[in-house]
Amino acid sequence: MTEATTTRTPTRPPTARPAPAAPRSYHFPRFEQRRLANGLRVVVAPVTKLPLVTAVALIEAGATQEPVGKEGVATLTAQMLLEGAAGLDGAALADRFERIGASVEAYADWDVAAVTLSALSTRLPESLALVRDLLRAPTFPEREVARLRDERLAELLQQLAEPRGLADEQFSHVVYEPKARYAMPADGETNTVGALTADDVRAFYAARYQPAAVTLVFAGDVTMDQVVALVEPLFGDWSGKPTSDRRSAIDAAQPGRLLRVVAKSDAPQSEVRVGHVGLPRSTRDYFDVLVMNAVLGGLFSSRINLNLREAHGYTYGAFSAFDWRRGAGPFVVNTAVKSDVTGDAVREILSEIERIRREEIGEDELTLATSYLDGVFPIRYETTGAIAGALASLVIHGLPDDYYDRYRERVRGVTTAGVLRAAKEHLHPDRLRVLVVGDPAVVTAPLSKVMEMKADVIAAADAEAGA
Amino acid sequence: MEIPIETFTLPNGLRVVLSEDHTAPLVAVNLWYHVGSANERTGRTGFAHLFEHMLFQGSESVGANEHFELIQRAGGTLNGSTWLDRTNYFETVPSNQLELALWLEANRMGYLLSAMTQQKLDTQRDVVQNERRWSMDNQPYGSWWEKLPALCFPMDHPFHHSLIGSMADLDAASLEDIAHFFTTYYTPDNAVLSIAGDFDAAAARAMVERQFGPVPRGSGKPPLPDMQLPPTFGEALREVVPDDVMLPRLFLAFRSPVFGSAAYYAASVAGAILGLRKGSRLHRALVREQQVAAEAQAFTYDLTKGSDLLVVDVTGRPETSSDVLETAVNAEIDRLLHEGVAQAEVDRAVALIETDLIVALQSAGDRADRLSMFTTYFNDPQLVNVQADRYRAVTAEQVNAFVRERLVPENRATLLYVPRDSDVAPASSDLAMAETP
Repeated sequence: MTEATTTRTPTRPPTARPAPAAPRSYHFPRFEQRRLANGLRVVVAPVTKLPLVTAVALIEAGATQEPVGKEGVATLTAQMLLEGAAGLDGAALADRFERIGASVEAYADWDVAAVTLSALSTRLPESLALVRDLLRAPTFPEREVARLRDERLAELLQQLAEPRGLADEQFSHVVYEPKARYAMPADGETNTVGALTADDVRAFYAARYQPAAVTLVFAGDVTMDQVVALVEPLFGDWSGKPTSDRRSAIDAAQPGRLLRVVAKSDAPQSEVRVGHVGLPRSTRDYFDVLVMNAVLGGLFSSRINLNLREAHGYTYGAFSAFDWRRGAGPFVVNTAVKSDVTGDAVREILSEIERIRREEIGEDELTLATSYLDGVFPIRYETTGAIAGALASLVIHGLPDDYYDRYRERVRGVTTAGVLRAAKEHLHPDRLRVLVVGDPAVVTAPLSKVMEMKADVIAAADAEAGA
Repeated sequence: MEIPIETFTLPNGLRVVLSEDHTAPLVAVNLWYHVGSANERTGRTGFAHLFEHMLFQGSESVGANEHFELIQRAGGTLNGSTWLDRTNYFETVPSNQLELALWLEANRMGYLLSAMTQQKLDTQRDVVQNERRWSMDNQPYGSWWEKLPALCFPMDHPFHHSLIGSMADLDAASLEDIAHFFTTYYTPDNAVLSIAGDFDAAAARAMVERQFGPVPRGSGKPPLPDMQLPPTFGEALREVVPDDVMLPRLFLAFRSPVFGSAAYYAASVAGAILGLRKGSRLHRALVREQQVAAEAQAFTYDLTKGSDLLVVDVTGRPETSSDVLETAVNAEIDRLLHEGVAQAEVDRAVALIETDLIVALQSAGDRADRLSMFTTYFNDPQLVNVQADRYRAVTAEQVNAFVRERLVPENRATLLYVPRDSDVAPASSDLAMAETP
């Protein structure tokens, strides 16, 4: 290994770190809004850089609008839009989109259902006509309902062997009351999905897929006038009113601390989730919480990641997040650690949560988070998909039209005192729920010691039913 | 649709590609080093990737983890990645912070070793071993990353061994290895720097010269062994892996023409006909019609030396036995082999690929990465502007020629995952079988 001692010596010592030049201004893409006479809303952001358009149809038909007992019907209904419409079967529909290079997806999340279209702008008229067909004239064939239902059941079965997905799902179970919609996956679970029928899909479609509950968002190489000229003939004569609404108690929390281990014998690593019910997106403290979480665990250079990964080498990565939904989504610290340090890792997580509630963060930490969130803002909106997504968020959460114009000054306005107050008010050590998928023989005793409570150990096979 | 490109080379051999776009005040910096796991020596699997982690541990003017902090404080995003034949590092920053990103990259290219310590190496070894557990050892089917190249490339081929590395080899990595690898491979003449986005070309060039100019040229890297391979495996290869999974999953790989060759584009289109989106053959036949599969897709590794791999990846339904899954997938491949493709299928595939190419060019980071890629592999960044043309020129005859040559039974490598408790006995097969764990 004589080569190892060889060094390459640069011709001079390194230069000093360069100072930034003057920043150039940026504004979020301008957008316009219209409403058709039937209540259907249209939002358009012209972005002309490339000949592309992303269009998103948002429908007030998400998981939180499902009837009790029909959990999973929102996702199934959205997926079924692509399985037959206006005289075409699913295979023919896929072919119509794909042969013009267009991509279409349909899904539902907690708040809404969505159909997302990505196409060359020259192909928008044809592809939007197809979107019209699947939104207004879906056929919901029984055979395809059964197939998609079975595919979801297969996914749920597979999840029992997939530690990450299993941990996420089980964390929801231990955080929310059993009857809360958020306790169950957005796509439903085995006993609810298994019972869904084509009639359930038709009923949900009839109640929720109505023009007054639909917003069409466009971002890309297209203008409002062009969009209106396309949308009026396709959607202007669509009539009807949505008939049911959001269910109650979607986000009710379970009280107190809990420690649960889902047993996976001989697991080389533990999937760890620590947290509690968080906040709805509408919270007035959104920006304080956003910056607080960035410092705690939202960035690579956050306290939790630097502690668990860089100081201790326990993990490949650790982060924290508030899941922003219309209701109170979870606050969760998420990591995977080597089995024999699981207790130590949870102790460090608890101590970081305590610390950020106890004392003000340093000015340096504050500016790291605020400069990052401020500076990265234009980088987030490089693509038509990202711009359409931002506008969709505006629609879903009812944010003001100038929200993105004011975002950066709001971020810069957060103070260390505001972060401390947000941490004290919105992080709750006395309610922390700890969920670990791992080897019970290795992790249970250390976790019990750290949490000062007995662990509730369950088998993976019983996991879905356990709540 | 053409993106502007300017190039120059520094006296130390660093090739630089510039692509201006003033749409938004941001700029992407992307650096490819032409070294990957293929360059690792025996007993050091995983080292190229471990080394990538060490490049975030500081350099002469930069503290441990300060690279991340400085870029994030500047409002930028960053990361790095390691592949079989290259390693890349990249940042997207507000355009007024371009020189910071260049300074950070130049500082670690020129002045890394004084910052390397045993403690940093030990911690990153732990981090990487946890990355291995997270991405492979504790993931259903996770071992495919390691098993498929091992099955498809001969034992002594540079693409055969594990990219993430074995725990034992990672344990063996030393500071001497770091110094050796750095000195040999992390040199300006073994790298390509691309800058895409909002900058002034003359100013950017001055910055690059100021920051990278003093870094000395390397003294050459050891050549890789001969990587040439015959066009087919020559026999059906097969490995059955009992795993902690609920559903069977089949990876069926074919040797295929290397990335960038004329024949590559026909192979890529054949892959899209088989497994790109819901209108593809495998989705239609196996997911929609026969309902034996829950998911089906196809992809290529995009390797430029020796042989590329086209891979079909199909996950079964709970009630589908692995035998049924394997038979059904092979029947679809046979049908393609015997009947060939229709022009309409080629048109569908090319239309989708073309849209995807344009979608990918929206982000400065993607543009810079592709410029680095085409320059590293082919010394020609302009190739980024002709990819759509190359795909549009593919004919059904070319696809069928690929299919007839490469989808034959003696060019199929089967990596089959079966639920551990199922009674599929790996030994029951009369086909050649590779090692099972």
